[in-house]
Amino acid sequence: MTELLQRPPKKDPQKRTVLPTTPPSARSRKAIAFSTAAAEGRLALQTCAECDHVIYPARELCPKCWSMDLQWQDIPDGGELIAETTLRTSVNTYFRERMPWRIGTVRLDAGPMVLAHIHGDVGEYERVRMIARTDKSGQGVLMALPEKETANMADDKQLRTLTCDPKHRRVLVTDGRTQLGQCTVNALAKAGASKIFVGIAREWRPYDGSAELAAVSGVELMPLDITDTISVNELAAEIGGKTDILINTAEHVRPGSAMQRHGILTARDEMETNYFGLMRLIQAFGPGMRGRGADGDNSACAWVNLLSVYALSNWSVFGTTTASQAAAYSLSQCLRGEFAGSGVKVVNVLFGPLEDSWRQPLPPPKVTPKRLADAIVHALRQGIENVTLGPVAEDIVRRFRDDPFVLERELMQAPGGQAV
Amino acid sequence: MGQGNSKRAGYEGVVVAVPVSVPYERFSPESAHWWLAKALADLGKRSGLAVDDIDGLCVSSFTLFPDTAAGITQHFGLTPRWLDHVPTGGASGVVTLRRAARAVQSGDANIVACIAGDTNHVDSFRAMLTTFSRFSQDASYPYGSGGPNGSFSLITSHHMKTYGTQREDFGKICVAQRANALKYPDALMKSPLTLEQYMDARLIADPIVLFDCVMPCAGAEAYLVMREGDAKGQNLPFANILSTIERHNAFPDDPVQIRGGWAMDKDEFWSMAGVKPEQVDMLQTYDDYPVISVMQMEDLGFCEKGAASEFIQANTLTYDGTFPHNTSGGQLSVGQAGAAGGFLGLVEAIRQLTGEAGDNAVKDARIAAVSGFGIINFDRGLCTGAVLLESGQQ
Repeated sequence: MTELLQRPPKKDPQKRTVLPTTPPSARSRKAIAFSTAAAEGRLALQTCAECDHVIYPARELCPKCWSMDLQWQDIPDGGELIAETTLRTSVNTYFRERMPWRIGTVRLDAGPMVLAHIHGDVGEYERVRMIARTDKSGQGVLMALPEKETANMADDKQLRTLTCDPKHRRVLVTDGRTQLGQCTVNALAKAGASKIFVGIAREWRPYDGSAELAAVSGVELMPLDITDTISVNELAAEIGGKTDILINTAEHVRPGSAMQRHGILTARDEMETNYFGLMRLIQAFGPGMRGRGADGDNSACAWVNLLSVYALSNWSVFGTTTASQAAAYSLSQCLRGEFAGSGVKVVNVLFGPLEDSWRQPLPPPKVTPKRLADAIVHALRQGIENVTLGPVAEDIVRRFRDDPFVLERELMQAPGGQAV
Repeated sequence: MGQGNSKRAGYEGVVVAVPVSVPYERFSPESAHWWLAKALADLGKRSGLAVDDIDGLCVSSFTLFPDTAAGITQHFGLTPRWLDHVPTGGASGVVTLRRAARAVQSGDANIVACIAGDTNHVDSFRAMLTTFSRFSQDASYPYGSGGPNGSFSLITSHHMKTYGTQREDFGKICVAQRANALKYPDALMKSPLTLEQYMDARLIADPIVLFDCVMPCAGAEAYLVMREGDAKGQNLPFANILSTIERHNAFPDDPVQIRGGWAMDKDEFWSMAGVKPEQVDMLQTYDDYPVISVMQMEDLGFCEKGAASEFIQANTLTYDGTFPHNTSGGQLSVGQAGAAGGFLGLVEAIRQLTGEAGDNAVKDARIAAVSGFGIINFDRGLCTGAVLLESGQQ
């Protein structure tokens, strides 16, 4: 049983903030594919297309049959711990600061032997359930969990380095006026967030759900308009040093393509929120979060961007909105690079059409705001960085993986109101 | 295809001589080049050979970057007609001997200088672990960065669980080696060690304790491979090569390393030499951790597999004991000077067989077994080798 994580004490302002260090981040090109799957929460290893041998560590050819046709495939997550140790020294500063540290050899049901981090509740030589996640360096690692759920399992010290659990953390939700923002707040409160700062633009204007929102435990409504640099900077000055998770729920969505617009006013509004808004948040909150990546049990740990899946490839029905979201997606990649080494994860949720007023005429299947909110919290608790949500998003991502240039042409053929 | 091994030629007429150990230092500001240079200069002085007499060179080093053996020829003023750079780490002593002996035997070279050395700057060890191998970079270093301590703690606990080997057995090896080191002037460890101290020592990576771990340091080792006639002509005492084996990536499907390549080739090892394990006067194992010494005792046939515990408890392992083992103190007590660690046991055996050992001399030593083990590429050591030497003294 894992010891229950207590709410962290108030920070001592006389003490220097512990600076982030990271586990080793160097990987071969082949191993980066493992990290890519781990970022999605998938356990994928190379599998030989000719002899089915599952291969680890990542190689250039199958050591059994010398085929070079090695495919990354999801493998069964079962395994057995066959040797273990508790490290008490390390040459790496990150681990040295976190000793003792449990590792072991696991025989995967899929075949290979792997070295893995071991959850504290795994007993000697027991069967385990394996997960692949990105660690504080941003690279994928393996961890062995108890086969069955144990008490307070998520509070395990080693597991928490892979996750961004909102429990006891302080979260900023940038737009609380929408159903999406409010569902996100509710999901966070349920997950044990200690404080939920909720950005409200133009507070004097009434909005649905305002009374219920204010009543959620831990919620603090804050004036925030991400199209206004002064507003963003003022909020960052107030809460930037205690924002552990930032979830950008603000978006500006309008149907229409470039030629359907007269001038650039709507497109500029889209860019003001979706792209420049994100940039303002990054400039105001990014440096503080980057510096607090190792600041105790409520360290800064995640930045969540919600993006239309059409950020990957333009869909002319929402042509200019998706152009601004493509810009936001690109900026999100930039942010991920800037957060490297800080231990703060950038979580990108690519979602299909949302069930809301601006996407009302679109046919199903659509994603409800609650489903998106739950997916955000799930990703945080699991430490997953890349989420694809809803059948439409899954379909687009699948086509994108196959061939982004074919997808581009497929989307050109998609009739108005019909996603692919 | 390839049923069994082809019968290998012996090494008649090829000898090893001039054991050189450059005294180790915990940290050195010098580069690996300095340590190799010192070893080569000492070889020249001790053998009376001139620069032009050396027409073969074999180098082993981890920290020589950006150079290799090729650049070393110009740096050291050699014009060899045979050159090799051996990357097998702890197996490099045996492996260089095998390469060089065949070169001399075939006439590709007359006299081969085998040199191994590494420096140890304050941050060298961490830097080496970071970039040691692709598999360790991808699949072991990110898991706690314990380095070899982590890998060998798993191997050690697995051996203990499988065969009932006890911490006392590992302790006895470490304690005996420390006793040997106290008689070897160049050992870095100078204070006596008791079994009680070993048993109470600080845990490093369960079940490995402080005294199971070698201390990284700077140092170099060297020896010459030449024809017997040339050694006699120079009045150099020498040892004959009775047999050798080498194997890489043996038993890749063993879940955790429980044996090494020696187990694949031990029959040939003894039959080629026409010697039995009981006739061996000393064993020099590669001792980066005592569990690996235990594995070498088992896999080379000094005891049955899994019976090392009884074997160790039934013997005394000091230079004057019933089973002299790592007579200079091994890496555990002398220090681990990178690739020179792979030469340490071999050079010590040559010293013993040529009558050049000091207070730690094994009495009437005729035959020595030397074993190597190296390159923890991912979860286990890949390179293994062994050699049987016989004193050339009449």
